[in-house]
Parts: sequence; C-alpha cells; structure tokens
Amino acid sequence: MSAAPGTKPAGAAADGAHATEAVLSVFRGDATGGAEVEYKVPVEPGMVVLDAVHWIQAHQAPDLAVRWNCKAAKCGSCSAEVNGKPALMCKSRMDHFPPGKPISVRPMKTFPVIRDLVTDVSWNYEINKRIRPFSPRPGAQWRWQQHDIDRAQEFRKCIECFLCQNVCHVLRTHELKHQFAGLEMHPIDGADRTLDLRDQSGIGLCNITKCCTEVCPEQITITDNAIIPLKERVVDRFYDPVMKLWRMVTGKE
Amino acid sequence: MTERYEVHEHDVLVIGAGGAGLRAAIEASAQKASVGLVTKSLLGKAHTVMAEGGIAAALAHVDPQDGWETHFQDTMKGGSFLNHWRMAQIHAQEAPDRVRELEEWGALFDRTADGRILQRAFGGHKWKRLAHVGDRTGLEMIRTLQDRGVHMGLEVYMECTVTRLFLDGGRIAGAIAYWRESGKLVVFRAPAVVIATGGVGKAYKVTSNSWEYTADGQALAFEAGAELIDMEFVQFHPTGMVWPPGVMGLLVTEGVRGEGGILRNAKGERFMWKYLPEARRNEYAASEEEARRWLDASVAGKQTDARRPPELSTRDNVSRAIYTEVKEGRGSPHGGAFLDISYLPAERVMKKLPSMYHQFLELADVDITKQPMEVGPTTHYIMGGVRVNPDTAAATVPGLFAAGEAAAGLHGANRLGGNSLSDLVVFGRRAGEAAAAYARGLGGNRPRIAEAEIEAEARDLAAPFERAGGESPYDVHHALQQCMNDLVGIYRTEKELERAIEELAKLKARAAKVRIVGTRIYNPGWHLCRDLRNMILIAEAITRSALLRKESRGAHSRLDYTNPDAALGKVNHCCVRAGETMRVSATPLPEMPAELKRLFEAAPQPVGAKA
Repeated sequence: MSAAPGTKPAGAAADGAHATEAVLSVFRGDATGGAEVEYKVPVEPGMVVLDAVHWIQAHQAPDLAVRWNCKAAKCGSCSAEVNGKPALMCKSRMDHFPPGKPISVRPMKTFPVIRDLVTDVSWNYEINKRIRPFSPRPGAQWRWQQHDIDRAQEFRKCIECFLCQNVCHVLRTHELKHQFAGLEMHPIDGADRTLDLRDQSGIGLCNITKCCTEVCPEQITITDNAIIPLKERVVDRFYDPVMKLWRMVTGKE
Repeated sequence: MTERYEVHEHDVLVIGAGGAGLRAAIEASAQKASVGLVTKSLLGKAHTVMAEGGIAAALAHVDPQDGWETHFQDTMKGGSFLNHWRMAQIHAQEAPDRVRELEEWGALFDRTADGRILQRAFGGHKWKRLAHVGDRTGLEMIRTLQDRGVHMGLEVYMECTVTRLFLDGGRIAGAIAYWRESGKLVVFRAPAVVIATGGVGKAYKVTSNSWEYTADGQALAFEAGAELIDMEFVQFHPTGMVWPPGVMGLLVTEGVRGEGGILRNAKGERFMWKYLPEARRNEYAASEEEARRWLDASVAGKQTDARRPPELSTRDNVSRAIYTEVKEGRGSPHGGAFLDISYLPAERVMKKLPSMYHQFLELADVDITKQPMEVGPTTHYIMGGVRVNPDTAAATVPGLFAAGEAAAGLHGANRLGGNSLSDLVVFGRRAGEAAAAYARGLGGNRPRIAEAEIEAEARDLAAPFERAGGESPYDVHHALQQCMNDLVGIYRTEKELERAIEELAKLKARAAKVRIVGTRIYNPGWHLCRDLRNMILIAEAITRSALLRKESRGAHSRLDYTNPDAALGKVNHCCVRAGETMRVSATPLPEMPAELKRLFEAAPQPVGAKA
C-alpha cells in the first residue's frame, strides 16, 4: 500500500506491534474500604487505561464501577490516579508505562469513594452554585477584540475533571479558581467577586505550588494566569495603600 | 414484595441535560413551572460537550449575503427535501437570536476583526455561518447553559436513569428512574415530560458517540405509544479516527475541512472533485487554484468570488466518497483517507484546532501541523426520532415533548454540520415553553400513576440479579454493535437488512435473559441491561425503516436501489408500537407552501425582510 507522496503514513511507527499483555491493579471497594485486585488485560496498539478498564468489565468484572462519558478527553469524567498520578484514564496510554510492572488504578484521593473508581464529586457542584454568575455591565457594548477574550477563553477550556481540586493542598477553602477567572476576565462582566475571593474562597491560602497546573489535562495555566491575577485583584482592593488613598480622595471604587 | 421508592413532583420533567434539555429546563423554569432535570451523567458531561465545529446561524457577520432564507435552503437541500419545511424555517429564523442569547448569558465566541461573533465555513452551508469557539463550541455552550440553569435554581437529578414513562388515560403521568449511585428507585409525578436524551450511536461498533447514546429517549417514547419517524437516516460522519484501534471512531471535527483540510487518497489524489453531485457542482471550486483562493480569502477575512473547496460537500456524500476510495483499494494504511491541514502555518492550526492537535498527538502520535491525519466514516448522529409538532415540539402522546437529536423532522435525510447545536437551543426553548404551558393548562386535572405499573417496573429492573443462568450483557452488546456495523451501515441491501432483522430478534431474546452479578450500588453491568433493551428496540426501528426505503437518499444508501425515488421523497417512514410488535408505515410528508417553494426555483428571490 503506497502513502501519499511526500507524507509519512499516520501511526506507521506503531505498525506491526503485536498484542501483548499487561496487568492492571484496580481498586475494588467502597466507603468502608477495599483493596487492589489484579487483572490481566491484552494490550492493543494505542490502547489507553480506560480501554483496559472496559475490557475488564466486559470479560472479568461486569460490576466494576467507573465513571466515563466521551473517551475523547472532552468531558472530564474519567479522572483517577494511575500509578499514583492524577490523570484522565482516556488519555493515559498503556505503552507509556514501564512494561512488565502492574499499573495501579485508584479513585481520586481527595473525594469520598462511592464504589471502585467512582468518587462523590458533588462538593464541586455546591461550590459552583456559590460563584456569582456572569452579570453584564449595564449599557456595555457587545463588541470586543479577540485579544480581549484570549485570557478568559483559556479558563473556559476547563472540562471539570476536578483533578486540580484533587491535588490542591488547601482544598475545601479555596476552589474553582479558574472559573472565577473565566468570569472575572469577561470583557463586559460587571459582577464584583473580589470580596468572595478573599473571604469565602480563601485565595490567600494558596502558596502557588502549581500542583493544579501540572495535572490539568487542558493545559490551563491555573496558577500563573488565574490564581495570581486574582490574588492581585484582592491585594489591590484591600491591601494596597496607594489604591486606598486614591479611593478616599476620589470616592471611586 | 414492593420495593421502596422516593417520590418527586414537578410540572415539567426534562430527561437529558445536554443543550436541548438544559435549554428546555431554563425556558420552562422561566415560565414559572416547577422543573426537574434528570441526567444519567453528571451535569455538564452530556454529549453536547463533544460538539466541536460550531453553531449554525445566519448572523451574516462574515458573509453579509447570508440570511435565513439561504440557511433554510441549505438545510432542505442537505436533507434531500425530506425535512419538515416548518421546522427548517423556524430553525433558520430563530437560530441567530438563540446565538445572541448565549452570548448574553456569558458565552465567549471567537471574534471578527470588527469585534463581532466570528463565523466559519462548514459542509453544505453556502456562506460562512458557524459561530464557534476554536474547536470546543459545544463545551462553551453547555457551560453557559449549565451556569444559567444552576443560578436559576433548577432542580437537577444527576446520575439518575429514567427507565419508563407512565400514562393515565393516554396522557403522560410521570416516570420512574434509578439512582446510579445507590440503585434505589425514584418516581417522578409530572404531567409534562420533555425527551432530550440525544442519540443511538452505541448500537454501532464504530462510533463517535459517548456511553450515554443508548437510544433511551426514542425507546421511552416508543413504548409510551409515540410515533418515531425517519429512523433509517443514521449519519456516518466522514472523518473519524481510524488508528490506533482504541480510538477508532473518535471524531475529527468538520472544522478541519472548514479551515482548509484537504482529503487525499493513497495515490495522493484530491478525490472529492469526483464525488460532487452534478446538481450542486457549480457551488464548489472548479480547480485547486480556486479552492486555494477561497481559503486565502477566508483566512484573511476577506470577500471573494472563489467558490468553496470540494471537501465541504455534505457529510453523507463525503462519507460515501471515503468509503468508496478505500473499497477500491486507494485507502490509507489503516483503511481510511488522508486529511491534510499541515500545509497551513502551524500557529494557525494550533489556534483554530487546538483539541484536534492534542487529540492526534497524544492518542495517535501524529503531529497534524506536520503530517496528514488518517480518517474514515464513523456513526455520529440520527436524523430520525420522535415525531414532533414543529411549533411546540409536542410528540403524538399528550404531555410528551421532544427536542434535539431525540426528535425528528428538522434534518430530513441528512443533517448539516452546525445545525445540531442550533437545533438544541431553538427547539429546546420551544419544548420547554410548550411543556410549561401544557402543564399549566391542566389545572388540577392531573393524570395519576398506577401503583401496579410502578411495581411491575421495579420487578423488571431487579430481574437480571435474580436469574440463575444467562449471559453477560456486555457480550450481547458487542454482538449488537457488530450486527449493526456489518448489516445496517453506510451501504445497505435488502438481503443484509433482512438478516439484521433475524439477528435482532435473536439478540432481543438473549437480552431478555442476561444476568448480572454484584450489588445495585454503581453497577455498570446492571445499567447496561436496561440500555441494551433500548438499543435493540431502536436498532429494529432503524432496520425496518431502512428495509422499507427502497431508494438511496441522503444518509440512506442502498446498493440494490442506487437512485432516489420521487414517490418515496414524499413520505416519512413511521414506527409505532402495536401491542408487543412494531408497525412501520409510510406517512405523507407535509407539503411546503408556495412562497417557500419559490426559494428553490432558478433565480431565488428573498421572501420578506431578513429575520
């Protein structure tokens, strides 16, 4: 079979790879406890951990609980800890793990386990309700340039996989930072969330270790582009002496 | 023994929390109805997040010549005139308002140089019409609707699967569901139900659809006595990934072709010129040079007299073209075609198609800024579904409404890309409005659910745990997917369709005897038992309708009847329950009024002012 002139056939490198076998060590259990169970799984080229979990369901453990939707890294449902690292199972390639060693698959640590790989993430939805919604400024012009929204669009890539929450060491006191950012950076948004950020969301507690940025499957630079600018907004408002003087003199916010 | 269950009461129950369900719930809530929104997934994970390319609306920001009439014409032509003209008209007229409304609710669409919503080209659309956010338009849309709904205080039942609708004297009385987390039962008393459950793609082996697409809404409606139409029209998207095996079928957005992607076969030939239908050839560029001029103008945001590239033909046509190239021995190494965007500057590819870039790099080791992609057809969408009133989205059962992919009529025999996202918000809003009005109109005269029916359903749901023998539901599901892929795919024949009918009858018998182990707490095998029944039922509707349509039209291609048949162009095939069997018959297609027909004459004149 000939390829198009001047082109390298896609995936050619993986050709000829024969099905091999891997061992998945999957957490089975519920809120009361559990243990990892080993399953032998045949491996095909390009296979991801979620494929392996599906294979186990179809052949060995039909009741193995896993949450997933799109298997295309667009819905953020299949978050787990693969070999101890928070990741989407649909993006974790089997051939990226050392051959011959069992691959450990466990539920996200921060959230309570419901069963097997499924955790209770309802807390994130509760927090979401508390973020003040988009509120356009009265009389705002609905025209803006692409560069005006590039920043906000970055945070709106968020697929709500909750991996950033999973690794955050001050979790439960300051959350969904990039969703704040996605609204705060909308060019005509007029809602004031600065007080919420300081008092309810505890933004000051973050000491920018960038764990969240590291695990984001959408490559959102959460720490640099969301948390730090929001910290600056809080600081400008509440702690900057020059700004304080300015507000006293002009009476403007 | 009667199982315990919790009870909730609402005016309107919306099943499905994708674009259509959310928009319906928002509207019904705005009409002061008490609304319950039920979703089998977590909120915000619905299939709408996977929509990439954009939402079609004749805003005329990029091509000022555009207007609702042209959008209407394109939709009807794309659907081989099997669409319900009134749905296509409402859709084309209202889509721009629905897009502006999304923006008012916080959606951030990509911008034109003069600061308005940018629009891109797509297959079958005469002008650049798709408002978009890079290649993640669906995600932006669902987040916008989700936030709107959450802050309106919508009551959302997450990870809750509806298994049956209840009737009282022929009218909708409510529904029963189970919580996936606990396996416990929930009864909803609601006189109005909106079906917004999406599609059926999981009945096929190669599909771009997520796990949720198990034909639930179509099956619930059918069992409640509603009519399903156009079920033979299943859209095979031309560009799914074909390699590696784990990602086979995963969608490659049509936005790649909208941004200039070129399709070539293994011999390097740009084959789409060969497959343009004669009647529409004059809408496409006649040469590589003209296609390139169109692209350069498109990138520069300038007007041009050059016509669009042949890759932007309709989906049914591009799918058949790729299928034929592969079958005749000119396929790529893994049995697809090459889709090349690497001739454009890498920076532009990364800006306009970021998720495609990451998808291929991470899952297939292909850098699309340097190499072509390998693509082939994948099951993507069903044009058929619940028959609805175009203005109210009401199904043929009182109290039942349907919107989005689960409903039928707008797209006819083939859907244009971008028309599904607009479908969701245009008809989602109408369904929510009409459902709220219906519930209000009932006053105190509300239908009641019979206790015996709840008990019967509870027994049915528990049965797979109690069987001594029986096979795994996963085995039956795999057999169904193979059957539909092999026998009811892109090209169909009478012989194969008849074989599929026999196979489906066997699968139905097997599905009735599946057995499951474990508990009811988050047990996916148990969930599949019920989904399986829905998929097999709807697979039968697809196959029986396909058997009856002895012609080729839109997405339905018959090797034994290769041409369209004028008489069949005037009918829909309608599936309805008759006792324990399915009756399929031809029903007349509503005729388009004269003033709209004039739009399709030699020199179309606009009717009235632009909407």
